[in-house]
Amino acid sequence: MSSVQSFSGLWAYWLLIALMMVGLYIVIARDNLIKKVMGLNIFQAAAILFYVTMAKVTGGTAPIVPHDPAHPGGHGGHEIVYSNPLPHVLMLTAIVVGVATTALALALAVRIHGEYGTSEEDEAVAYDMEHG
Amino acid sequence: MIEKILVLEVVLPLLAAPVCVLVRHPRFCRFFSLGIVAICFWIAVALLFEVRGGGVVSYQLGGWQPPLGIEYRVSTVNAYLLALVTAMALVVLSFDSRGGPPRVPEQRRHLYYAVFLLCIAGLLGIAITGDAFNIFVFLEISSLASYILVSLGGHRRAVMSAFYYLVMGTIGGVFFMLGVGLLYQETGTLNLRDIAARLEPSLDDRGTVLALALLVVGISIKLAVFPLHHWLPNAYSFAPPKVSAFLAATATKVSFYLLAMVLFTIFGAPFVFGELRLQAVLLPLSILAMFLASGAAIFQTDLRRLLAYSSVAQVGYMTLGLSTANATGLAGGLVHLFNHAVMKGGLFLVVACLLYRVGSVHIDALAGIGRRMPLTAAALVIGGLSLIGVPGTVGFVSKWYLVSGVLERGWTAAAVLILLSSLLALVYVGKVVEAVYFRKPAEIQPIDQVREAPLGMLAPAWVLAAAAVFFGLTTNWTYGVAREAAELLLAGGI
Amino acid sequence: MRPPSRVREMPILRVVARALAPVILLFGLYVQFHGDFGPGGGFQAGVIFAAGLIIFALTFGAEALRQVVSVVLTERLMAAGVLLYGAVGVLAMFLGGEFLNYSALDPLTTGHHGQHLGIIAIELGVGIAVAATIMRVYYAFVGRRPESDGETREPSLGAEPGGRTS
Repeated sequence: MSSVQSFSGLWAYWLLIALMMVGLYIVIARDNLIKKVMGLNIFQAAAILFYVTMAKVTGGTAPIVPHDPAHPGGHGGHEIVYSNPLPHVLMLTAIVVGVATTALALALAVRIHGEYGTSEEDEAVAYDMEHG
Repeated sequence: MIEKILVLEVVLPLLAAPVCVLVRHPRFCRFFSLGIVAICFWIAVALLFEVRGGGVVSYQLGGWQPPLGIEYRVSTVNAYLLALVTAMALVVLSFDSRGGPPRVPEQRRHLYYAVFLLCIAGLLGIAITGDAFNIFVFLEISSLASYILVSLGGHRRAVMSAFYYLVMGTIGGVFFMLGVGLLYQETGTLNLRDIAARLEPSLDDRGTVLALALLVVGISIKLAVFPLHHWLPNAYSFAPPKVSAFLAATATKVSFYLLAMVLFTIFGAPFVFGELRLQAVLLPLSILAMFLASGAAIFQTDLRRLLAYSSVAQVGYMTLGLSTANATGLAGGLVHLFNHAVMKGGLFLVVACLLYRVGSVHIDALAGIGRRMPLTAAALVIGGLSLIGVPGTVGFVSKWYLVSGVLERGWTAAAVLILLSSLLALVYVGKVVEAVYFRKPAEIQPIDQVREAPLGMLAPAWVLAAAAVFFGLTTNWTYGVAREAAELLLAGGI
Repeated sequence: MRPPSRVREMPILRVVARALAPVILLFGLYVQFHGDFGPGGGFQAGVIFAAGLIIFALTFGAEALRQVVSVVLTERLMAAGVLLYGAVGVLAMFLGGEFLNYSALDPLTTGHHGQHLGIIAIELGVGIAVAATIMRVYYAFVGRRPESDGETREPSLGAEPGGRTS
């Protein structure tokens, strides 16, 4: 498989990886704790998107059972192709985890601001160096 | 009987947490959580007896058949972990810390117990479940709870450490989730046994290799494998001492189980250690951890930091056992889970006693404390000897089997290095013991007023110290179970 | 914490929030209870419901909302929601099924009746817990005064700020 093919066929993955690295870069490179939390969120969002892209079935629709007693299991006799609902369900859980993590991270950032008087990591580290 | 109530192992602490929130009475919550953990311990021990000798107990949540539904599946490996976690939780919770963590005022202490119970529920959930995504959820439950617990430490840096821990832990968790996603993509199932059955790992299949890489790195962060251990020393040394004792005794152990399960059950030893040769990475990292972390421990002046660095080194011993990929070495690694939990849990409880009476665990502040707190100091010595691996303590048992496993593999140099690294442990433990017994107390210290720690603190610490000696002399139970678990893992089962 | 007075005096915002909040709450309830027929469920419903209340608080002040839903109440509801979920699961165990096996809830009819009942009950638990949690998070952040005076009205876990002395 040529590199062009592998890029065009897997463009979603390239996007995801890029998004993920953006998030990771923010976590590593930014000193502001709130920005770190944002980076963490972007990082998580990339993973969530990965699951969602995985669930897509070509031509599939939302996996909701239609209320049509005349045609159980189909619209007018046609078979319905559903997208895979499982990864979506899993990601609902992952989003909840993400919300909890973000809330806790922000709470800690607020507490750090209360303790150090700053939300910048480098200043907090410098403060620790000075005061032990 | 036991297979009907297996699920309570997780459900009880999980539901006891909101009960604590509702009742809002600190004393009630303290004894309530202790009672809940005692029941969990009983269930875990009953399970262990049930599955010894190759039995398996399975539970289908909601009545949904696996592999579609979530299955709780307990074999010797899981039961061993469950018993370890609940036993440590029981001992640590029975430790009377006299007023709880410094950050939590009386009217909010019920929340502290709720978070503690959630942490226990998460750890037990990881160990018991047979569903890959369920593991992720429990991993995050236990991690979130432990970030909170760490942030409750008295020092300002506790909050910063908790933040670091959170950032690292979340990255680890997301890596794990991505790994599970790739496996799901590959096999179309989330049931661990089903994944293992359908997965045909090969080096040409980049998706599988990537999944393995993500899972291993993700878990390694949570396990604090050597270059990814950065969060651990700070988290353990600034957390409330009781929390350090609990986390040191359980959290990394459960992560280790997870790593072993991924490597042996899902991907299988022939692929990971035969084709991929993961030991080429794992072995050097383990040895580096043993030496560099022990070396760092020598230069610490705070007893808690010293113990925390020693924990990183001990994780090195465990992963060394993993990388041998033979029954003796893996059993050595697994038995070290229990042994290290006993000694490090005991040592951190001793730290809690010292902090309560002396107010500091700086090595200089502990000078001459052996005369004032003889029982506490004796427990410290037993734990320290066990860290070195003196015969008659649990540390010796672990190292014996680790060295045997390594020699069985033909890695003579690694065996020598294990013994050499024990010398480093001798140095840092010796440094503490020297200060505690042989150094004159500093003039400024009001050391004369220091008394022996109260019984409510001393008893749990001594239970673990006694266990460190008892299981150092009788290895039938610990090594027997670990050996069985190791053989089960190597055969690809859980 | 009082919102800046500018917000309080904006008539458009006040009118729109007053008109919108009940609709959002109603939509939250719809998502909650229609969840077993169509898209929806406790988590989404809880977030929507909490969002409706938070919009109210953003325009009229958190104090106004606190009179309706106190901080302690949100904490209790958080726990109660989780317990409702767990209680359904444990009830199923007592009725002879596995944990969360809703079919056991209705042993007389063999159909999906029990499943229906169980789903509604646990989603209600989820909805209560999520709505209360989101509101508790909101309270936790809004209840903090600016750091300059170093005091917290609503300490997240009873923090004692200003612990500069090491």
